[in-house]
Amino acid sequence: MTFRHAIIALKGIVKRELWRFLRQRERFVAALVRPLVWLFVFAAGFRSTLGIAIIPPYQTYILYEVYIAAGLIGMIQLFNGMQSSLSMVYDREMGSMKTLLISPLPRWFLLSSKLLAGTFVSILQVYVFLLIAWFYDIQAPWLGYLSLFPALILSGLMLGALGMLLSSFIKQLENFAGVMNFVIFPMFFMSTALYPLWKIKESSLLLFSLASYNPFSQAVEFVRFALYGQLNVYAFVYTLLAFVVFMLLAVWGYNPSKGMMVKKTTGPR
Amino acid sequence: MMGVTEASLRVNALSYAYGNKAALSDINFSVNAGECTILLGPNGAGKSTLFSLITHLFDTRDGDIFINGFDIKRQSCQALSQLGVVFQQSTLDMDLSVLQNLYYHASLHGMRRGQASLRIQEELERQGMFARKDEKVSSLNGGHRRRVEIARALLHKPSLLLLDEPTVGLDVTSRQGIVQHVHDLCSNGQLSVLWATHLIDEVYPSDQVIVLHQGKIQAQGGVESVCQAQGVESISQAFQQLTQVHNV
Repeated sequence: MTFRHAIIALKGIVKRELWRFLRQRERFVAALVRPLVWLFVFAAGFRSTLGIAIIPPYQTYILYEVYIAAGLIGMIQLFNGMQSSLSMVYDREMGSMKTLLISPLPRWFLLSSKLLAGTFVSILQVYVFLLIAWFYDIQAPWLGYLSLFPALILSGLMLGALGMLLSSFIKQLENFAGVMNFVIFPMFFMSTALYPLWKIKESSLLLFSLASYNPFSQAVEFVRFALYGQLNVYAFVYTLLAFVVFMLLAVWGYNPSKGMMVKKTTGPR
Repeated sequence: MMGVTEASLRVNALSYAYGNKAALSDINFSVNAGECTILLGPNGAGKSTLFSLITHLFDTRDGDIFINGFDIKRQSCQALSQLGVVFQQSTLDMDLSVLQNLYYHASLHGMRRGQASLRIQEELERQGMFARKDEKVSSLNGGHRRRVEIARALLHKPSLLLLDEPTVGLDVTSRQGIVQHVHDLCSNGQLSVLWATHLIDEVYPSDQVIVLHQGKIQAQGGVESVCQAQGVESISQAFQQLTQVHNV
């Protein structure tokens, strides 16, 4: 693999993902409607019941909508990561995954490129969401919108790698509903996306522990701080480590001799 | 390294099993430059497994596969760069246009935009599909999709073209067109073809034939020599004989 070949292929994979995303307009709308409903309906409804104390990175009392914005950014990336993995299962069933896997590039590179492509799509969604949120008076410092970008890359990669890992274990598209019930919802609700850790601790120590160790919580905190131009080192390292672990397992899962690709082909053809 | 006499494809002592069930047993054959080799076998003979191994979708555990001298296991990138593949099931992206599908493939093979545009035009014109380049793949019929897939497989000028039952589900005219076109590609000696099928009428007298049944090669050689060895007049009879005897 030459550097030039790698760059051309990476551009091609990212472009394909964007083409697909733009062609599937309903996917784009759905990806935006979900967090906006949470913001306009759920957050507005809970505004009076959930008071948020002054906690970093916020320097003053904030409305619940402001708190939940970072969680909803995480939600966009979480769903996009799962959507990408769903499309990988679909591509595998429909055969178009083969086009990628038989190209003359190392498999780790192909999977990483696909992951990066999915992450860019999620970042596009996040910025459109933030633009709408801006008009709803959820405004971060200008610098925050810039410092958010690298944070979104890492959090998007981590959640995408998790999706990719799951897709290597899922045999059929029908099994994907299980992922919704057993991965997405628990990850989202047992996190700091909707409520801060200290609030969870007041209710249940077990939930507090689960939420603390949930990589999605750390990705949300990493994003929350980045949106205000700050670096949460613990959340950054945790998200980075989670990405490395998920990615290594996903590459293993897609290895033709070692991973789940072998276990999937247990029946004769 | 690629040698002057190196076969386009060489398969040595290849075996593969799904759990305890053997899918391929001790497969040995070569496809030489410019040859069109037809891999004949009934459903379940092991053709798709063999293709999955040659394309490195599955890993070879027992035996070796060399494409133009490159070991698919140890030099998979070099080996795969020599390969064009048309799978039994369409692998085009239905949501994208013909052009977008082809540009995507070209980028995976490291082709620059200008070079890719040129090759896409050449191959689509050859397939009579250039006028439909902007159409969404989902709007094309089965025969046209196959033509696009063949154009795509040839885009990066591979030395070996693998076709896994590419005519399944097509009407007679589309089938004949594709069979003729692939044989024409071989005739200039630049491209070798391995074509898996169970349809006897896709075999030309000049072809090499491998009869695969129950995971084992039952016969291989030129059409004439396979017929002679079986003491029959046509490849159809030879195929029936070779696959029925082993069913008993």
